[in-house]
Amino acid sequence: MEKEETRKELVVSAIENGTVIDHIPGKVVFQVVKILNLSEVTDQVTFGTNLDSRKMGKKGIIKVSNKFFRPDEINKIALVAPSATLIIIKNFKVVEKKKVEVPDSVEKIVKCFNPNCITNHESVITRFTVIDKEDLKLQCHYCEKITARDTISFA
Amino acid sequence: MPLFFNFICSLKFLPMKNKSLVSITDFTREEQIHILDLAEEFEKKPTQKILQDYVVATLFFEPSTRTRLSFESAASRLGAKVIGFSEPGSTSVQKGESLRDTIKTVANYSDIIVMRHPKEGSARFASEVSEVPVINAGDGANQHPTQTLLDMYSIRKTQGTLDNLNIAFVGDLKYGRTVHSLVMALSNYNTTFHLVSPQLLKLPSATKIHIKENKLEYYQYTDIIDVIPKVDILYMTRIQKERFSDPIEYERVKNSYILRNSMLEKARPNMRILHPLPRVNEITIDVDDNPQAYYFTQALNGVYVRQAILASILGVKK
Repeated sequence: MEKEETRKELVVSAIENGTVIDHIPGKVVFQVVKILNLSEVTDQVTFGTNLDSRKMGKKGIIKVSNKFFRPDEINKIALVAPSATLIIIKNFKVVEKKKVEVPDSVEKIVKCFNPNCITNHESVITRFTVIDKEDLKLQCHYCEKITARDTISFA
Repeated sequence: MPLFFNFICSLKFLPMKNKSLVSITDFTREEQIHILDLAEEFEKKPTQKILQDYVVATLFFEPSTRTRLSFESAASRLGAKVIGFSEPGSTSVQKGESLRDTIKTVANYSDIIVMRHPKEGSARFASEVSEVPVINAGDGANQHPTQTLLDMYSIRKTQGTLDNLNIAFVGDLKYGRTVHSLVMALSNYNTTFHLVSPQLLKLPSATKIHIKENKLEYYQYTDIIDVIPKVDILYMTRIQKERFSDPIEYERVKNSYILRNSMLEKARPNMRILHPLPRVNEITIDVDDNPQAYYFTQALNGVYVRQAILASILGVKK
């Protein structure tokens, strides 16, 4: 554990205040960047991918200075990177560490994959029930069709 | 005692009052049975002017024969006034009005809205923006709960029960919304399912979940002839050519799903043939004269069941 922490410090610099999103599967790092709209953030953002991880083989990490995510943003992360860990940093110290969790229901943030769903034609806030957290299956409250991990897109 | 019993019944079923019917699962098993019982009473006496003070709006954004006319017939037999449209071309929808605004407006003019719309989920959305209850008369390929209730009514009427039956579904089991809803509903009645379809049009796993959750038996076939002697209900559906990307595949399978009178020799005496209609060629005309053909009576049952649904949701007791 100690060793892994040291290695991480070597590749990505520490932040004074903000959030570190760790243990992101390497291949979804860019998706997380996009979902969280990090290209619009004016503070320092550093991210790395394909970093060695004892736990995951290869992993990604994102560090965002002066940013503490809202619950709906955290939910978004859980939908594409359920293994991710959020680390809150204040004055260079870890003040909180938590695993993201796939919620029981998802509102607003996900688009229904069904092109014939009313939510894709009217101004309707999308609502889904998470029927499978492992495999990620979201059932649309309106059309009742199932949006899965491979068909998910964000509103 | 009967008065007290009626009072208890009205209390028990009061939750249906003002409740929208979007998906078959919106009504509990008890509520579904109550609708069927009430429909039986309407069958005995179809004309009862109990909705004279009510306005029923029928909004059909998509064509329909049976569903619209049977709803309007049901409302008329109960004395209600019917307003609405059978195609959106002559309405503000044509000018680009949103569904939200159309529903909010019509809810001002009516006590209940019956709606068919091509977009899936439109009925749930309408029920959320409407001040009056909404009955889903079909939302795209999603749900058609009043068809499900009339199918259940037809099954119970012909078999005397809904429990422990062998029911075959034939044809397009993948896209047929009537099949999905009916399978869901019958999964509560210890049904044994016989599923007959081309490989391409098998029942989706999302629907099979309901069968599996209830630990019910189901069998899959590709030829209709194998199931005829085994079942109490043969529920036929239409296979649409446009579902096949390969026209040769369609030509190859289409004849396996056509029911002819000569195929019915080994059917059980109690077996009845149902079809949500319209049919094209999947049941040949010579079957119509067979006493086991039930599909036109099934369409008639739609009126009684819709009378029961309107009366229950509007909270009108006889």
